[in-house]
Amino acid sequence: MSARRIFARPARFAAIAPYVWMVLFFLVPFAFVLKISLSQTAIAQPPYTPVFDVTAGWAAIKQAFGALSIDNFRLLVSDDLYVLSYLRSLVVALVSTSILLLIGYPIAYGMARLPKRWQPIAMMLVIVPFWTSFLIRIYAWINILQHDGLLNQILLALHLVSQPVVWLSTDSAMYLGIVYSYLPFMMLPLYATLVKMEPSLEEAAADLGASPLHVFWLVTFPLSLPGVGAGVLLCFIPIVGEFVIPDLLAGSNSLMIGQTLWLEFFTNKDWPVASATAIVLLVLLIAPLLLYDRLQRRQLEQR
Amino acid sequence: MAHAKVTRFNAASLALGFAFLYLPIVILVIYSFNASRLVTVWGGWSLVWYREFFNDSAMIEAAWMSLRVGAASATIATLLGTLAAVALSRGEGFKGRTLFSGMLYAPLVMPEVITGLSLLLLFVATNAERGFWTVTIAHTTLTMCFAAVVVQSRLGSLDRSLEEAAMDLGCDPVRAFLMVTLPLIIPAIVAGWMLAFTLSLDDLVIASFTTGPGSATLPIRIYSEVRLGVKPEINAICTMVIGLIAVVIVVASLVSKLTSAQGESAAPL
Repeated sequence: MSARRIFARPARFAAIAPYVWMVLFFLVPFAFVLKISLSQTAIAQPPYTPVFDVTAGWAAIKQAFGALSIDNFRLLVSDDLYVLSYLRSLVVALVSTSILLLIGYPIAYGMARLPKRWQPIAMMLVIVPFWTSFLIRIYAWINILQHDGLLNQILLALHLVSQPVVWLSTDSAMYLGIVYSYLPFMMLPLYATLVKMEPSLEEAAADLGASPLHVFWLVTFPLSLPGVGAGVLLCFIPIVGEFVIPDLLAGSNSLMIGQTLWLEFFTNKDWPVASATAIVLLVLLIAPLLLYDRLQRRQLEQR
Repeated sequence: MAHAKVTRFNAASLALGFAFLYLPIVILVIYSFNASRLVTVWGGWSLVWYREFFNDSAMIEAAWMSLRVGAASATIATLLGTLAAVALSRGEGFKGRTLFSGMLYAPLVMPEVITGLSLLLLFVATNAERGFWTVTIAHTTLTMCFAAVVVQSRLGSLDRSLEEAAMDLGCDPVRAFLMVTLPLIIPAIVAGWMLAFTLSLDDLVIASFTTGPGSATLPIRIYSEVRLGVKPEINAICTMVIGLIAVVIVVASLVSKLTSAQGESAAPL
């Protein structure tokens, strides 16, 4: 269609401004992270020597990729603070994404099977907390979980516990906070695929004698896999780098990688180590990021 | 019948799910009107903590800073995001399209500590004075993709024969866009701006990295207070932020309801 092609030419020019912006403020900064992760720590302002010296400086060796560098990395970091916090981040992200899927799925399913006229309202109700501040929602939980907070008051009043339970600064509080904050991220893509599914497919399977559990496993779940994939990635990737929630709700004896990076940067003022930490984190996330990018593009092109 | 049982299960999971999402916020709002200094003891209704906030000049200053950064970054982000959405949905193939859309969508999921750190290193290396503008640039980079996604999904659902008809009738492409396409995507642009604004208002991590001394945003102030424990004044501030965001959402949904001709939901996201 010729009109379409004539329209496309100026439309392409529209890319120039955002393109330049993203190169300047997204791509170029990563080059700086890479460069500084390869330089040495110095007590100066800014706190690094801008020497590009790969032979000296353990931050430089630590940054080098490949199997060898991981050995060096372990060898050079006298306490395995970094390895442990990377591992902890992955475990926390894995566990909380699983919980999110288990909780988010039935709610999204319930939403998709609501009468049509109620669905926009339910959708709105899910989106509103998504718009409300992360920090405020975590703070709301601190109100409830603190030593003489509402939860302990209720438990004491019901005589379920004889003395206040310590909720704050525990892993359970952190998981609660993460699940609470990321639930809309999990529910929205799930709802989007479930609402498009023909209910008659489930009915047909049931008519042919499948039990409700069978219907779910053989029909509903396989058909909703694109939504499951999007929801899982949309939660997993940012949770790995999460800082605010573990910082405010979890104890301080084991850190997630986002907290370690923050600590290196703001408290220890060790910018090269913080940069190297960021690069390793990015490398860990490359695979899920690319996967997410593919899903996202396919979805937008399908519309 | 199996059908009724499933529905009951659905209703239960919906009720529990929404209670989980909303109860903590409702409790926070109620406690912001508590007269007692002790957070846990109910001392009757009062506005004392709101008065406290309006006497706290540091807090007011931070709130003002956040509102300015939010408005500035949301405006730039929506402008650039709309251009990006037009290029991606109408530009067919162009050189570097893959890199472009990759860069555009990456901040959606990129851990904030990485984005914040990398931008700060750029600002330090270029000797930029850190404050209002550095935070605004950082927030623009973060929120542009959200605006682009909202506008792009609207563009994708538009009937392209409208633009083509305008051009067949003699409009040049720019005119066809301004006269036909733009009015149709205005609701999405408004929704994109509001999403960008609330995201900027919300951000702690990137602002912490990119701001300079003496120009803290509201989340930075709230965070440093919260680390010291629960204070009733923070409840009041949070309630006001929630109120502001609620107004933004209501306006956004009214705008999209009034202007969307097809009656389909131009839901934000």
